Amino acid sequence: MIQVYTSSVIDTTAEAVWLRVRDFNALPIWHPSIADSRIENNQPSDRIGCVRYFHLRDGGLIRERLLALSDYDFTCSYSILESPMEVENYVATLKLTPVTDGGRCFAEWSAEFDCAPSRESELSQLIGQGVFQVGFDALKRYFASRR
Amino acid sequence: MGLQRVVRSSIIDAPIDRVWSILRDFNSHDQWHSVVAQSEIEDNQYSDRVGCVRNFTLADGNHIREMLISLSDKDYISTYTIIDATVPLIRYVATVSLKPVTDGNRTFWHWASSFEAPPGIETQLRDMVAHGVYEAGFSNLKSFLSSGQLHNRSVETNKQASATGLSIQANAIRIRDYGLPTVMQYEAVTVPPPAFGEIRIRQTAVGVNYLDIYLRKGWIPDFLPLPGTPGMEAAGEVIDVGPGVTSLLPGDRIVYMSPVPGSYTTVRNVSVSSTTRIPPGISDQVAAALLLKGVTADYLIRDLGHVKKNTRLLVHAAAGGVGQLICAWANSLGALVIGTVSTQEKAKIAREHGCHHVVVSKNYQFSDAVHSICQGADVIIDGLGEEAREENFAALAKCGHWISLGQATGSINEISPHWLIQKSISFSRPVVFDYVSTQELLNERAQRIWKAYFDGVLKNPAYEEFDLQDAYLAHEKLEARLSTGSLLLKIR
Repeated sequence: MIQVYTSSVIDTTAEAVWLRVRDFNALPIWHPSIADSRIENNQPSDRIGCVRYFHLRDGGLIRERLLALSDYDFTCSYSILESPMEVENYVATLKLTPVTDGGRCFAEWSAEFDCAPSRESELSQLIGQGVFQVGFDALKRYFASRR
Repeated sequence: MGLQRVVRSSIIDAPIDRVWSILRDFNSHDQWHSVVAQSEIEDNQYSDRVGCVRNFTLADGNHIREMLISLSDKDYISTYTIIDATVPLIRYVATVSLKPVTDGNRTFWHWASSFEAPPGIETQLRDMVAHGVYEAGFSNLKSFLSSGQLHNRSVETNKQASATGLSIQANAIRIRDYGLPTVMQYEAVTVPPPAFGEIRIRQTAVGVNYLDIYLRKGWIPDFLPLPGTPGMEAAGEVIDVGPGVTSLLPGDRIVYMSPVPGSYTTVRNVSVSSTTRIPPGISDQVAAALLLKGVTADYLIRDLGHVKKNTRLLVHAAAGGVGQLICAWANSLGALVIGTVSTQEKAKIAREHGCHHVVVSKNYQFSDAVHSICQGADVIIDGLGEEAREENFAALAKCGHWISLGQATGSINEISPHWLIQKSISFSRPVVFDYVSTQELLNERAQRIWKAYFDGVLKNPAYEEFDLQDAYLAHEKLEARLSTGSLLLKIR
């Protein structure tokens, strides 16, 4: 089992960040690597068990199932059903926590998965930096530009 | 008592292992947190052993004992609980947890707790924990990490001590002749800056004591030369501190009892050694109502009376300010408490404060009643004086201890050893200020009073307030034996 953990501090409230990332169908709006997204079977995007169907900008198709969503803890967990990354048992969690000192947001994005041993470090780098950190950087830029 | 919850968090500009190396040490706070003056782990235990107990002495003199109940080097979490404290945090459990900020190699520090608070002071306690402990801790640890040393307290003291230094206009009660309550006149006065070892206080609540009446009447002229201002105790806020004072800062809330009269005033200077801090959860009014009377009850019960389980204790004026406290405290120690009062209404109050048997008498007749209840008293706390002298003697058991506290009916004169020998009686005539001759003694007694208050042994003291300029009304009421509980002078 491989674990990836990325965290960052975003200079706005956790509530404001949550408003932007809570919608399971909103990846193309805030994450620069995602081209489009829809929820399968016309389900609401906050219904636990719903599946998002989206494409990366490089064309890859990913399907992910919403496993948990908490407006109380600002947490969202999901698993990968289908992707070009050749990972198994992939479960990821995005979690926001208020930093009371300064009204900022501590953001964590973590994942656990299985893969071929030869691909461990490449995939850890891709997911931790190429997906999670890129997402955080986009959020930081977005909120910095709105101040 | 609702469950209170406090959560504070911050980002520390240091790698998580650096921050954790300090926070995982359960005994490190006195090195980096300005609130903690001293820390030690009890029984020479390791500070990372789950179950170890740390004993804090806070900078304000309070004490807290906390037990480590979980520690994780895997998750960077330390959880602890208060097991004994002089501050009213009940069932307090706190968790410190750290997480790495991978983006920048910093540390997210989360500090959360839940506890119960006595009614009415929930907000005050939450603020104290959130600002005074957690947020202060964040900034203290940040400066500790950047400078390697504790946030410098002496700089702050010097800066604030020089904030004023001018005389202050105030109002005070002045007495030019001894006599009736109306000799107390309300006048404008000037209060100079505090001298060496003194603090200047903006007072909010002044405690009225029977001693003030003796002074006004001129019974102890050496104590209050004329013209003078009566009053032995008050609570308020420190305005500024004189040279040599390092233990208090402007803005601190304190209460004092001073052998130098002069508390019937809006502003005054007192020696820092006669002051003690008011803990969070106690109002200025309660502090002023409790300090001198509580110290009196404390030394009478503990030092002189040696009151314990089954001690037969006779308390006169059992519904008065001191009487209520003695009844409640002695009751909690298991003594048999007998009180005398002048009216049925006061009898009810005495019973409510733990007096087991109440004798109602307007003419100081009580010895027969005491003998029928318990065959004589082991200890008498006597504020009556001369007119009750024969009755007190009769009420005492053999080898009894007669503690003559005051002289409401006039001073007891001519106690002869030949008289005492008939029953092997000990006779004491104490003065309260000799029992708080050092600040350590005062603090020790005050801590016991606050603890008894928070534990519910001493109930919320009933007090009646008068304006400072109406001090004569308070004296009239106290002298006419019309009051129950404590009398306070309030300052608007």
